[in-house]
Amino acid sequence: MTPPPVVLHDLTCVHDRHPAVHHLSGRFAPGSLTAVAGPNGAGKTTLLRALAGLHPAHEGRIDHGGLAPDQVALLPQAGTLDRGFPVTCRDVVALGAWARMGVFRRLPGDDAARTDAALHEVGLAGFERRLVGTLSAGQFQRVLFARLAVQDAPVLLLDEPFNAVDARTAAELMALIRRWHGEGRTVITVLHDLDLVAREFPETLLLARDPVAWGPTGRTLSAENRLRARLAAEAWADDAQLCRDAA
Amino acid sequence: MTRNCAGTRREVIAHWLIEPFALGFMRRALAGCMALSLAGPPLGVLLVLRRMSLTSDVLQHGILPGVALGALFGGLSLVAMGLGGVLAGLAVALLAGWLARASGGREDSQLAGVFLVALALGVAIVSATRGVDLAHLLFGSVLAVDNAALLLMAGAASVSLLGLAVIWRPLVLESFDPAFMRAVGGHGGVWHLAFMGLVVLCVVGGFAALGTLMSVGLMMLPAVAARHFSADLPGQVRASVVLALLSSVAGLLLSYHADVPAGPAIVLSAGALWAAGLLAGPRNSLRARVWRPHYRG
Repeated sequence: MTPPPVVLHDLTCVHDRHPAVHHLSGRFAPGSLTAVAGPNGAGKTTLLRALAGLHPAHEGRIDHGGLAPDQVALLPQAGTLDRGFPVTCRDVVALGAWARMGVFRRLPGDDAARTDAALHEVGLAGFERRLVGTLSAGQFQRVLFARLAVQDAPVLLLDEPFNAVDARTAAELMALIRRWHGEGRTVITVLHDLDLVAREFPETLLLARDPVAWGPTGRTLSAENRLRARLAAEAWADDAQLCRDAA
Repeated sequence: MTRNCAGTRREVIAHWLIEPFALGFMRRALAGCMALSLAGPPLGVLLVLRRMSLTSDVLQHGILPGVALGALFGGLSLVAMGLGGVLAGLAVALLAGWLARASGGREDSQLAGVFLVALALGVAIVSATRGVDLAHLLFGSVLAVDNAALLLMAGAASVSLLGLAVIWRPLVLESFDPAFMRAVGGHGGVWHLAFMGLVVLCVVGGFAALGTLMSVGLMMLPAVAARHFSADLPGQVRASVVLALLSSVAGLLLSYHADVPAGPAIVLSAGALWAAGLLAGPRNSLRARVWRPHYRG
């Protein structure tokens, strides 16, 4: 599986006219494993949502190399979903096959098998008929990973996948990410744990609304860059001037 | 002796439960309410899950100006009033959706505003229309359901039920994870609009029987109660329909024997079943707070 590169051309995304991602250019190489790090409010989630097509580009553009929307899969941040919704684990995981199943068609047979295999893979065999409301936070995150596995997309976006999960779950899910990387998929993961980033992720994009550094993790996470990211203002300036780089 | 006793029991049952429906108007009322009970509650369950319970209230008041305008221009024709109600309901649904987005999530206050204005506007138009009884529009008249009204209720219910079956899967996905639906290229807004159309249709269907003040009583109360009877979505839908059917029968019998207006009697029956579920239902009920054993593992 060799996906096309995902290229950002001078991307700016705004919330209420204030930039969350500011003049970001660069390239996620095919099959790369990249961590997106930075302080809170640095635009990490906004960047991921923009890559998934959920947040419009205010300026600049994203070049997916012709991938269809469902070929870029997003694991949303825990807590954005209604975990009390009365659906079963199996139904949630099978949603990963949406693009092949659509509104009216049956779940194709190999996707049904893939659904069961994915639940098994994330350690939730036997949970098929359990309602997601009965799961712990870690188990729910495993269900979302299984859905991602069924979606079988060449580009994967993960937003803080290890928040609110215990060390063992995190380790098992990290092993899945490594495997997806090994299969040649492009994986882009928002993470706060810089030790984990340094250990597991070859590439890092350090964001503080403006890009601080993007490249091999060792160089990106230099003491100097980390300081720069930390010093970047977290709040909107109420008296912010218009950006002179604006087109 | 035994046979005599059984015979008496049968007579008692016949007297209390069967005989009332020997009357034509009771049968028509029952048929209409059963149609509403099949179509409304499944929509109600999804409204509850989408945290849109209040929207149903807004819609039932929202159709009043349309119904009133229909009566103003079309006389007391049910078709004119029904059409006016559907158009007004769609307009209010679109307005409510737009306000919810534009107000950044503070939609309850906006909805309260819409429903007050719609109610006042409706009452004002009705009062200006000669020959239309306001109470009739507000409270409905289940027992005066004629064949035309029955056709309206059954038609609206059939279209709602079939329509819901068609849009079920994308609607459930859009309710559970709207971002995922957008990300995989599904158009969430289309299903939401179709759903609102079905709800409006069902509200207008209910208006003929229960009036614009209680039109969604058979839709929402069983749906709210359903979560005390089942944990999963198909189970809640089934439970809500059964509860609505029971409320229809119980309400009509209550109305017949105790001389209570039929509309309120039906809604009160649904309310009583809700209370029963809340107090002693198998799930999430108060009973679980009092009697609470726990498992070993």
